[in-house]
Amino acid sequence: MLLLAGCGGPLSSLDPAGPAAGATAVLWWAMLIGAGVLTLMVLGLLAAGFGRPRPVREGRWTVGLGLWFSIAVLSALLAAGVWVGERLLPRGDAVVTVEAHARQWGWRFGHPDGRGGRIETDGTLHIPAGQPVDVIVTSADVIHSFWVPRLAGKIDAIPGRANRLRIEADTPGSFDGLCAEFCGLGHAGMRFRVIAHPPDDWPAVLETLGEETAE
Amino acid sequence: MTDTVAAEGVGDATLDIPANPPRRALGLHRELSRVWSNDRGWRGQVTAVNHTTLGLRFMATALVFFAIGGVLAMLIRAQLATRQGAFLDTELYNQIFTMHGSIMMFLFAIPMLEGLGIYLLPKLLGTRDMAFPRLTALGYWCYLFGGLILLAALAAGVAPRDGWFMYTPLSSAEFSPGINADVWLLGVTFVEISALAAAVEITVTILRQRAPGMRLTQMPLFAWYMLGTAAMMLVGFPPLILASVLLEVERAFDWPFFDVARGGDPLLWQHLFWMFGHPEVYIIFLPAAGAISTILPALCRTSILGYGGIVAAILALVFLSFGLWVHHMFAIGIPHLALTFFSAASLAVAVPTAVQVFAWIGTMWKGRPELALPMLYILGFFLTFVMGGLTGVMLAVIPFNWQAHDTAFVTAHLHYVLIGGFVFPMLAAAAWWMPQITGRARIRGLGEVAFWVILIGFHGTFFVMHLTGLLGMPRRIDVYPDNPEWEVLNLTSSVFGFVMAIGLALFALDLVLQATMGQRAGRNPWRAPTLDWAMSLPAPTFNFASLPGPRQVAEAAPDRTALALARGEGLLPGAPRGQRELLVTTAADARPDHVAVLPGNTALPLVLSASIGAFVLLMLAGLYALAPVALVAVAALAWRWHRGLATLAAGGAMVAVAPRLALPVQPGRGRSLTHSGGVALLVADGTLFAALIFGVAFLHVVAPGWPPPPAAAETATGAVLLVALAVGLGVAALAAHVTEARQPAGRSLAGWAVLGLAGNGAALLALALLAGWVMDDPTAHARDALRGVLAGYVGLHALICALMAAFVLDQIRRGEVPTSGAPSGWRLWQDFATATGLVAVAVVLGTAAVA
Ligand SMILES: [Cu+2]
Repeated sequence: MLLLAGCGGPLSSLDPAGPAAGATAVLWWAMLIGAGVLTLMVLGLLAAGFGRPRPVREGRWTVGLGLWFSIAVLSALLAAGVWVGERLLPRGDAVVTVEAHARQWGWRFGHPDGRGGRIETDGTLHIPAGQPVDVIVTSADVIHSFWVPRLAGKIDAIPGRANRLRIEADTPGSFDGLCAEFCGLGHAGMRFRVIAHPPDDWPAVLETLGEETAE
Repeated sequence: MTDTVAAEGVGDATLDIPANPPRRALGLHRELSRVWSNDRGWRGQVTAVNHTTLGLRFMATALVFFAIGGVLAMLIRAQLATRQGAFLDTELYNQIFTMHGSIMMFLFAIPMLEGLGIYLLPKLLGTRDMAFPRLTALGYWCYLFGGLILLAALAAGVAPRDGWFMYTPLSSAEFSPGINADVWLLGVTFVEISALAAAVEITVTILRQRAPGMRLTQMPLFAWYMLGTAAMMLVGFPPLILASVLLEVERAFDWPFFDVARGGDPLLWQHLFWMFGHPEVYIIFLPAAGAISTILPALCRTSILGYGGIVAAILALVFLSFGLWVHHMFAIGIPHLALTFFSAASLAVAVPTAVQVFAWIGTMWKGRPELALPMLYILGFFLTFVMGGLTGVMLAVIPFNWQAHDTAFVTAHLHYVLIGGFVFPMLAAAAWWMPQITGRARIRGLGEVAFWVILIGFHGTFFVMHLTGLLGMPRRIDVYPDNPEWEVLNLTSSVFGFVMAIGLALFALDLVLQATMGQRAGRNPWRAPTLDWAMSLPAPTFNFASLPGPRQVAEAAPDRTALALARGEGLLPGAPRGQRELLVTTAADARPDHVAVLPGNTALPLVLSASIGAFVLLMLAGLYALAPVALVAVAALAWRWHRGLATLAAGGAMVAVAPRLALPVQPGRGRSLTHSGGVALLVADGTLFAALIFGVAFLHVVAPGWPPPPAAAETATGAVLLVALAVGLGVAALAAHVTEARQPAGRSLAGWAVLGLAGNGAALLALALLAGWVMDDPTAHARDALRGVLAGYVGLHALICALMAAFVLDQIRRGEVPTSGAPSGWRLWQDFATATGLVAVAVVLGTAAVA
């Protein structure tokens, strides 16, 4: 419990607030336990190596442990990784699509389907909670990376390309985001905020934002 | 019995070579010292080409750069210790972390492993020097000068600042004005000359200079590891060199390879960089693993468990490591299916690593491990590297990578792998080989203290950093005012970082004390079974007064061998002809083939690398019109370099190597070391060409902004000139083949050499006409820029081949041809130039047809 308490924070991938970050965090804890067990196993074998010489069967070490044991562990891991990865992909079932346009050094967000046309906001991305949102990530200059650790993994903003990332917040709230790819002098300050609104409020939010944009 | 029969007589599997009669060891030592020693005084430092001198110098210089990179790391940790670190401004901070990574990779790790290989391999394999002593020296000077350029830039405040992987477009002229990025591109490429040089000669030395009877399948594992390393360097560095050249050309001349508005693609840089960058990790790991495979069984008083399994694991690593560069690019938006392939490859590479780890642990079970200082570092390696390997496996899992990528978690992981997998084994190697290097024993106590301080400092620094990353801290930020939750973790890392620095300083102190005040060490203090201990300590410049043969290799008893060899009972004793001689053997089963004569001390490598340095500085200064003048000097010196070889050749005379065994000296043709070196270099060159073709294909298929407007160059005139280019190169290849085949015919070959010159000249003329008359403006679109680079590549090779034809012509004039390997060398390069030229022509015609 103490361990988990130390895992909080506005940018913590270990304090997930959405299905993608949640699945990845579970994957992490499972891998951590596995890695801990494997490390202890290797250290135990090492410790047991100090002592009298004993007859060893070469195949048991190089083929048995080296080849088959590691292939078994890695295959299980690959399967788990692919299974989780497939569930995180954008699938065309997103109701809401938003745009994140990176530049040195800031973020501009666009809602193409706002009331009365396109809505743009600076530094804050508004999304509805409880439903998948696809973010189309682009860049005006150098490579940046869009990352909201509590919601999902990151995707790069690359000039000339439009990358799609699926995020989702389980509940309404405010989530911190940042640019993860080094992009020059202002890299450290290239933060943004994602505000997830209750689904019922979402039409009203779009309306208000539209009015702000119009002004 | 003729000499030839004698030489073939030893081709049996049994390979029995009788011993030479014993002589006075001191007399032999003096005779060899006269020939092999460095010149006296400061001149000796400038003209030395000896592998012992240069290997040590590589390692010492690398240690200095390690210290500088370490100081930069301390500055980074001081800045990050608190949220609002006001210690460095962002500009300087960016320069410092960029230089920390670049120095540790290019100026510490790579030169360190090169130095270790250069120092050890000839001793371990039972020969007197590396295959190309002048190339060793050239590599060293290029490393030193390139490193000094980078350091000077740091001192002047114009160091690279775009991160050690220099992603475009951040590193392009638009977003990185000034010379900072040019310093990286030109400086690092300059240093990479030393990597290629080392890779070529390490390959040739291992394959052609093993003691007779030391079959490939029996050679010390360290040699297998270095062979794998050298192969990876030959294939891994060319993509980086190509990428650096392309980016420098883009920055200097505005050719848009990476500019998305004109058909380029920043992702091309990432692909080329990581095609190098990932194998790089294994390039660094393999020699370290080689040191472990050498030290561990000796310290367990047993032989390595699973020699064959380890060799298979090395080969698998070499192969697999080229298939997983994309795992640094999981977040760029590649389809999940493709990512899954690279994820699987990244996980698969853990298998050969696991094979080695378990073979080493099994070796410890089999023997009785002794807890000496090198063993402590090996245990440190196991703990650290296993953890780093496991976090590497985690990072190969795609969803987790999407979270952890570009965070402090990756910083932690890579330091676990690089410090665990390279620095700890190197510290073990230092403790192990210091008596060999200095002839002195260690002073007890200090080394053990240093080990514990380093180990605690390391894990204190980097273990918590995993958590820092998972809590969201990205790499390469200098302040984090809004994230107090990261502060305790960072402060912990910083404090322990200084502990680790103190440990490393203690280690350095221990080395200095051992070298200056240690007691004389016995001849083989560790009772190791390898030939590197079969000599007096510190090692004489020629290593062995007479060379070990099958008997000494089979005995694996360095103490007895040392005595016999010092008395001249081995092969090719002394230096009776007053020149540096060693045995060349066949690649697979190490049968004696011929005697090679090596060049002696010379300042030529220094002068040559200084002229390359002049070119680099002129480019940095933006004096693009003047820079080619330096290349003329480079060409002239390269000519002199080869004249030096030509005058060495003794032309196939037979000399006695042992009773009833006589071998030819420098028989020329395709058997020489130079020829093998040429093949190795062309492997690298061919990889560079393949990377260039990859670039053409990548931009055609993947980049946005294609297809470009139709090219004006696609005219009948253009096609005619392309055909003329192909014909010119074809004629030159024919001429080179005839010259080689009829080599001993002397003067009658002059006509063929002239024809070769003319063929290459015609190709160059066709290229000049294409460039000046037909080709589109290379700044307009990446397609035209790439065509410009293809033309430059083909032109450069035609020029080199023209010079080689001229060299052969010059030798015919001097009457040297029958004794020289130059026609074979020309034929080899001409085949390559013609083949790549034809491919380039086909690529240009093919892409034009598709468009
Ligand atoms: Cu950014």
